[in-house]
Amino acid sequence: MAEFLSLADAIESAISDGDSVAMEGFTHLIPHAAGHEIIRQRRSGLRLIRMTPDIIYDQMIGMGCADRIMYSWGGNPGVGSLHRFRDAIQNGWPGPLEIDEHSHAAMANAYDAGAAGLPCAVFRGYRGAQLAEVNPNIKSINCPFTGEKLAAVPAIRADVAVIHAQKASRNGDVLLEGIVGVQKEAVLGAKRSVVTVEEIVDDFADLPPNAVILPSWTISAITCVPGGAHPSYAHGYYSRDNAFYKAWDEIARDRDGFRAWMQEHVIGGGPEDFARHGKAAGGVAS
Amino acid sequence: MSDYTANEMMSIAAARALRNDDICFVGIGLPSEAANLARLTHAPGLTLIYESGTLATKPDVLPLSIGDGELCETALTTVSVPEMFRYWLQGGRITVGFLGAAQLDRFGNINTTVIGDYNDPKVRLPGGGGAPEIATSCGEIFIVMRQSDRGFVDKIDFFTSLGHGTGGDDRLRTYGVTTKGPSRLVTDLCIMEPDPETKEFTVTSIHPGVTRTKIEENTGWAVKFADEVAETPHPNAEELEVLRALKARTAAAHSA
Repeated sequence: MAEFLSLADAIESAISDGDSVAMEGFTHLIPHAAGHEIIRQRRSGLRLIRMTPDIIYDQMIGMGCADRIMYSWGGNPGVGSLHRFRDAIQNGWPGPLEIDEHSHAAMANAYDAGAAGLPCAVFRGYRGAQLAEVNPNIKSINCPFTGEKLAAVPAIRADVAVIHAQKASRNGDVLLEGIVGVQKEAVLGAKRSVVTVEEIVDDFADLPPNAVILPSWTISAITCVPGGAHPSYAHGYYSRDNAFYKAWDEIARDRDGFRAWMQEHVIGGGPEDFARHGKAAGGVAS
Repeated sequence: MSDYTANEMMSIAAARALRNDDICFVGIGLPSEAANLARLTHAPGLTLIYESGTLATKPDVLPLSIGDGELCETALTTVSVPEMFRYWLQGGRITVGFLGAAQLDRFGNINTTVIGDYNDPKVRLPGGGGAPEIATSCGEIFIVMRQSDRGFVDKIDFFTSLGHGTGGDDRLRTYGVTTKGPSRLVTDLCIMEPDPETKEFTVTSIHPGVTRTKIEENTGWAVKFADEVAETPHPNAEELEVLRALKARTAAAHSA
């Protein structure tokens, strides 16, 4: 059953140095507040997993949290490069970063296989794609019925999944709405999970029958962090801060400027700082 | 009309390639601009699908990312990302994939992974994202990209997404891929289509005011011209008005 914890306690109890950690949210509902807490707690040696590393991993990589990353598209969407991510891969700063690069289809299938308890994902992919030659985690398998050659990648079963969602009920069930990405698969495939939410409500009585819900018994810890997905967004609560994504390009461009920004806004901050981005500017029930 | 930019000509020429009954898997950036322009002009029935899971979306402003809220709010429905890639893309339900590229060769093979060696690159690009499987699972592929000899190269540094491979029937013979592959390349200078036999991209239409020399100077291989080369029709007033209004709405929305 999910425990309601402070963000600091949730991260402290769920994530250890060296863990494989999948922080998901496909453009939407990215758990930025949780990423900041991991940085404040100085986690290191993490093996990060995420389809689109985005600003959240640019920050964690630049602050030295990670040794390895599995990903499928590493840019600042619509803006350009992730400078810290690139600096780590190309120049080993602040430390070397090993990469396990895939396509979106491969990672989406690998999450699906993880949730289904399978050892690997099988799909029609990587045909004529050179990644299959440079990444030993991409192999192929012949269909036992038709003989068709299909791609195979290991299932994603992280030590910890971290996601952000709109609502938790007092019972500890979690609701996701809008672009739901691979969060359900990431949580179901992981050993432990931390969920930050915009608000906690009494119950989910009025929801349509096919809503995307993660039951309480699939989650380790829940913490209420209004605005916790900023600068990404929470459908029904606040919009994507596209201006911040553009500003990040300059903030992260050089090492010193990046560190100064992180010191001021992350190391010296806390989860309550996200509330000003939330729907009711901090006025949501908890 | 002659008062328009080369980039506007590119987006408008790219938009014209889409048909009203197409189901289009849309890449972010130039493809998204062209696809939405098509939907707002000659192809109101065009179905746009973005890899974030939004099916039949009708955004009022262009998304900055592949998953802006606008896409979900205006979609017929939104599915999970595994469902998008498994049922809709791999399932063969998309007629056209619309892609951009960092590097491209004469056979429409695309590199968006690295410049230089994979293990010691000069520049690491964002990577493949959805493109490797879009390139092989959609009925056909349109590519839109600004033309330059840096982008249009004799040999790409990395094969992120398959085009026509080494040309001819290589796509089918070597990789078993039965979809059509890149069938149209629209740039700010011209339109290219694959030669029916060799599959090499060949200039079939030149935008107004552009010379063959300029196309040759901006192509890193010895570019071929079809026997009959058309002049791309000028943008019409509606196309320019709708494109400019779309871009103005987008700029206002993203600076807020």
